[in-house]
Formats: sequence, C-alpha cells, structure tokens
Amino acid sequence: MSAVSTGDRPGTRASRRVRLPSRAAGGHSSRAPGRPRAVGYLYVLPALVLYALFLLVPLGQTAWLSLLHWDGLTAATWAGADNYTALLTDPSLRGPFLHAIVLLLFYSALPVALGLLLASALSRFRVRGAAFFRTVLFLPQVLAMVVVGVAWRSILAPDGLLNDALRAVGLDSLTRSWLGDYTWALPSVGAVGTWVETGLCVVLFLAGAQRIPRELYEAARVDGAGPLREFFAVTLPGLRAEIAVALTLTIVAGLRNFDLIYITTSGGPGNATSVPAYEVYHRAFETNEVGAAAAMGMGLTVLIFVLTVTVSRLVEGRNR
Amino acid sequence: MRSVSPPAGGSVPGRGAAAPHRPAPRAVRRGAARRAAALTAALTAALLAAACVPGTDGSAAPGAGGSGAAASEVPDPAKAGKATLTVWDQEIRGGQNAELERLNREFEEKYPNVRIKRVARSFSDLKTTLKLAISGNKPPDVIQANQGYPDMVAFVKAGLLRPLDDYAGIYAWNTRYPATLLNLNRVSADARNFGTGRLYGISQTGEYIGVYYNKDVLDDAGVEPPETWKDLTDALPELKEEGELPVQFGNLDKYPAIHTFGVLQNQAGGAEEARESVFGRGEGFDDDPTREAARTLADWKKRGYVPEGANGTGYDDAAKKFADGEGAFLITGTWQLADLKKSMGGKLGFMPPPPAESGAPPVTTGGQGLAWSVTSRARHPQVAAAYLDFITSAHAADVMTEEGVLPALPGKAARRLPEGSADAQMVDGWRKLNDSDGLVPYLDYTTPTFYDSLSADLQGVIDGKLSPGELSTRMHRSYTSFQDKQAGRKPKP
Repeated sequence: MSAVSTGDRPGTRASRRVRLPSRAAGGHSSRAPGRPRAVGYLYVLPALVLYALFLLVPLGQTAWLSLLHWDGLTAATWAGADNYTALLTDPSLRGPFLHAIVLLLFYSALPVALGLLLASALSRFRVRGAAFFRTVLFLPQVLAMVVVGVAWRSILAPDGLLNDALRAVGLDSLTRSWLGDYTWALPSVGAVGTWVETGLCVVLFLAGAQRIPRELYEAARVDGAGPLREFFAVTLPGLRAEIAVALTLTIVAGLRNFDLIYITTSGGPGNATSVPAYEVYHRAFETNEVGAAAAMGMGLTVLIFVLTVTVSRLVEGRNR
Repeated sequence: MRSVSPPAGGSVPGRGAAAPHRPAPRAVRRGAARRAAALTAALTAALLAAACVPGTDGSAAPGAGGSGAAASEVPDPAKAGKATLTVWDQEIRGGQNAELERLNREFEEKYPNVRIKRVARSFSDLKTTLKLAISGNKPPDVIQANQGYPDMVAFVKAGLLRPLDDYAGIYAWNTRYPATLLNLNRVSADARNFGTGRLYGISQTGEYIGVYYNKDVLDDAGVEPPETWKDLTDALPELKEEGELPVQFGNLDKYPAIHTFGVLQNQAGGAEEARESVFGRGEGFDDDPTREAARTLADWKKRGYVPEGANGTGYDDAAKKFADGEGAFLITGTWQLADLKKSMGGKLGFMPPPPAESGAPPVTTGGQGLAWSVTSRARHPQVAAAYLDFITSAHAADVMTEEGVLPALPGKAARRLPEGSADAQMVDGWRKLNDSDGLVPYLDYTTPTFYDSLSADLQGVIDGKLSPGELSTRMHRSYTSFQDKQAGRKPKP
C-alpha cells in the first residue's frame, strides 16, 4: 500500500504555499516580493469597508445588545453577563442548541456520508445519464428553502405523501403525524435537511474525485485493493479538501436553519424542534427580548466559528 | 499531515473585551496570534461604533405619549390643508381588504385635501416591522396595534401611541362601544397593565370563537345542530360511531389549541375567573375548570373525536378539510367564515359555543380586531382621529357587512342578512355575546410569554405528554411569576 501514501498530491493548500527563495537580489526593496506590504491593505480597502459596514458593525452591535436588557423600544438597561448566564442555565434557551447539534447529524454528517457513497459510485461505474442524476440531486440546493419547507410540510402531513406511501405498501403501523410527534418531529425536519444537502456534497465530491490522478487508482489495483480498500486509501484522502468544504457549508447551513423550522413546525410540538436561529427571530421580533436574542445570536456565532475552525484544522489539515 | 492543535479562535472574543484600544501591532507576528489581533481590533472598533444605549435617542422617552394638547372639539379634516395620512394595517384578506379600500376611497372623496398612503402587510409581517417603523424618524400616523403586552403595552410604555380619551369623548366612542370591547384597548397610565386606564385605539371588527358545523354531515349521521353544550358533547360519540370525524382540528401552527382550550375552559365554568386572570386581577389558573378543559381536550384526542394527527396538521389545512366535508364540527374564529362559506355555501352552519342550558346567554373566547391607533408623533392627529371615527362609523359597519366582515358594532345592513345564513348566525351570536357580556379575552394576553408557553404546553396535552394537572400548574406559575414581577416593580416611580 505504500505506493498510494496519502496527502502528497499536488493541490492541497498546504503544499501550494510556495516558499520563495529568500531575499530577492534586487536592492530597491528590503522586503522579499512575497512578503506582505502595507499597500496591500489599500487593495482590500473597498472590500474591507463593505465587510466592516455590513458584517463587523452589525456583529459589534449584536455583541453590545447582548449585554443589555432591551425590549426594542424603551431605554435599555445594563445586563452584564445576565443574558449569557441565562443561555447556559435556562433550559428553554439551552434546548435549541441541543436540537441544533442533533440536526447537524442530519444536515452535515449524513449528507457527507451519503455524498461520499454516491460520488464514489457515480465516479467508479459509468452510469448512463449521470448528468441527469447529478442535476436531480443538486436540485434541492437551487430551490428556495421556503419552497422546500412548504413541499415537505405537505409530504409529512398526517395524510400526506409519506403516510400514503407507507399505507400503500402495508406499513400502516409506521404512519404517524411526523411533524406533530414529539419523538419524530426533529428527525423529520432533519431528514429534509439531508435531502437538501446531499446533492451539494455529491456534486462537490464528484468534482473532487475527477482531480484524483488515475495512476493512484491503478496503483491501488495493482497492489490488489478491492473497491472498499480503494475507497479508503485513495478516494477518501483525495477528497479531504472537498470534505472539509462540504462539512463547513453543511454545518453552517444546519446551524443557521431558520426558514425550514419557521415553515414546518414553528418549533413545535411543544419546543421539540426549536433551534437557535428561530429563537433569535422569535425573541427579537415577537417577545421583545432583544438582549436575550442577541446573546443567543452571539452563542450561535461562536458555535459556528468553533465548529468550522475545528473542521478546517482536523479535516482539511490546516495546522498553521 | 494531521494536526490536532486546539483551535485558537475560541479565545478571540474574550480578548477583544479585555484589551480594547490596543492597535493591531505592526510587527510581523505569525499565524493565529496575528489574525486574532486583527480580529480583536476590528471587533473592538465595531463595538465602539455601536456603543450607545439603544432607546435613549429622545424619540422614545417614556411618557411622551401623554404630552401634546388634548383635543376639545370635533376635528374638521377639511381645514387641515394638504395632508397625507400614512396608515399601516394588516387587513390583507379578501373581505377585509375590500372593505378598507372602499372606506379609504370614500374618506378621500369626502376630504379631497387628504391623501391616504396605505401600507398593508400580513399580520406577522406587520408585527415584525411595526416596532422599527413607529420608533423611527418618520413614523406612520395611524397603525393597527395588536392588543396585549408584547405590542400595544410595549408601544405605550415607549410613549409611541397617543391616548385617544379626548377623541373618545368628542366622537362618543365611549357610548358607541360596549365597555368590554373598549377596555381591551386600554393601557394603564404606568404602562404596566392593560384592560384598564387610557384608551389607545378602537377596533373596526369583532371576532369570537364559535362552532362551525356541516349541515350535511350532521344530517347523514342523524344529529341535530346542538342547542346546549351537552348536545354537542353527546353528538361526538354518535358521529364517531357513524364513521364521521366529530371535530376537525389542526394544531401544527400551535395557536389554534389556545382557542379550543379557551372554549372548553369557559364551558367548564372558568369564564369569569379566566377573564379576571387575563387582566391580572384573578386568582390564576390553578383551578378545576382549567384542569377539566385540559382533560376534555386530551380525552377528545384519545377517543378520536379530533384527528389523530392534530398536532401535525396545519390550521388552514384543517379548515380546508372541513370545507371538503371531513368533520362535523370545527371550533375556530369568525375570521374563517367568509372563506368557508365560499366553498360550502348553504351547508355551513355557525353558532357561538352552545350554552349549558338551551337559550341561556353564550360565553366564549373572543374580542375584536387589532386596535387602530394614532402614533404620538402623527403629523395630523386630528385627521387621524377623524379617519378612525370614519372607519368605525355606522356606515363603515354596513360596508363591512356587505364585504362579509363582522363589524364590532353591526349596523343596518347586518339586520338585512338572510335569516338562518351563517352570516346572520354570526352577527346574531355577536349581539348576544355583547348583550350578556359573554366575551372572554384570548388567554395568550395574560403575560408576555403566555402565548409561547401555553401553545407549546397544549401541544403536549394533546399528545398526552403533559397531564392536565401539570398544564394547570405551569399556567399558574407563569401567571403568578409575572404578577409578582409586575407588583415588585411597582414601588419604583
């Protein structure tokens, strides 16, 4: 197996970083050509201004609001860490985060696993009409989440398509009110997420798989690797960068999931499907708890930040 | 290749707080530390840029609503010069939209110098944008404010609404409207309670929760339209036996159960106590009617009187199924009448929940449409007041009736409705409810978070996850803790 040792393929980000020969000979600059120069900031300034205006300032405002008790109308009062303490101690505020973690399984882990499976199958065997399947799988990504939500709400209804199908094959005992069931509502909403995100993963992985040199597969086969071994020794390591991208995108999509919950369950039954993004909206606009909403938003930001950084370090292998 | 160094990013926000003002060091440092410093600086700058206490920029100072000269004579909009009245409302459904457009046009014809700039949004869109609009620099003149703590009381507290007691006197709204209805639009002077105090709006329409029935389904099962509540509950097993769904019900949207529960609570004898508690004057919800109502609701589900998948069926879907003949009864608000009648025609019957004894005055959950209020910084308050009077006048009531909307004060046109039609039954029920003071406000007015907790808990009751006793305890706890909080704040000026 040594012939197919991992990671040395050209194109991983770490190895793309070209080390320039130290100290270019030219005397007009004390800096190496590759070294950052102050003028670089000038080039990024327009983008930076926009970024600051629409991202950093609102982020700062949110951070500030999260330290206050504010109903959105009257003068705010200082809250200190109150909103954050509540975030950790109040079950109605903590619950949404737990739900979000469960949803990550459906939004992220499952689509990536399914995506790998489908992509390796699609790239290994010549499938007639592969482009068609790719399009169909990717289609949910193109649809607005609201459309997806409305469609699935009707599919998952007590007399919706899913239950009809179950009854048609004699599985009456499995039919239930999917979105109204305390146990099944969260997995049901999660399954919709899997449906949406899998296509993205497949397309990403297919693109990545095309860049894996054929020689590696040939070498693996010469070494007597079966399809499974080939997958773990060649395909999986070869797709490392794509997996990191897919994980990042799906984790972010899963954690900021709002529209789907808003359309399908409004967080119900009870609070079984409430998620942070929905609670932020709900508290800020409906119950006038702007401070608590902002704290929740900050918590969500930190969670997304930590998870994506972890992914980029562990999976993508950016250790610098 | 694999690196398991801990993510450095986690420490950044904390650092931003501990070390403000530190400029990003120019010396070239490496990797994470340098990026973190840049981020720290950016965050600090953003924080500083944002660091002012919101809500203190003057516009929303408490008590502002109380200032301004009180009106003392009937305003004449014709003398107001060229005026534009900006109106934000949520009357976007069929009949309500038609009714309001007609009235707006008539008002503009009557006063050619006044132009009405209407901004119509759905209820939830209005709810989410109104707060920003009326606290902004150019607030609308007339708005529709939802009664209760999160909206109307919060607006009054921020001084954004103009008290209308002077106009109520001038236009005789005080005598035109029953006290029960007018009280729902009142907020106390200290902006802590509602249902009492200054008047901050008047409503155009009435609404209450009633029982719709499908005459065909009842006929097929050999069941007469109920005259008493017992008739209705006795009919349920009969209908079930005949293979009909007794009560259509969809509670995926969470709120419909509050209405059903309210009706059951009233029938269990809790009407008076519930009304007092909604306004914060009662003993709360640790009582038998509350528990019995929850028991009945759970029991209906267990016996299959309501659909098995009630928690997973949308409110509109359930109404559509009822219109399609699935279900003998549907317990919901008068706002559904126009739509149901369109698809059911003469098959549709409607009544307030039948009383315990035949012919006794009915009791039910209900109230009125959103209040029409004048903002405290309206440029033409007298034109706004005249507009409010115009859209709630006897003539307006007739326009509403013609468009299939239930006016808060039914007029001449309502008497001409065909006898026995669902519309006539609706108006008749409304009159009886007002005559006998039989309206109980929506339970979700009770505390700012009552809607959330009650709607979520009722899904639990329907599911069987939450016992009637637990529901009652939770409602009561929510009530008492809010009342304590209200009382605890009272010593402060």
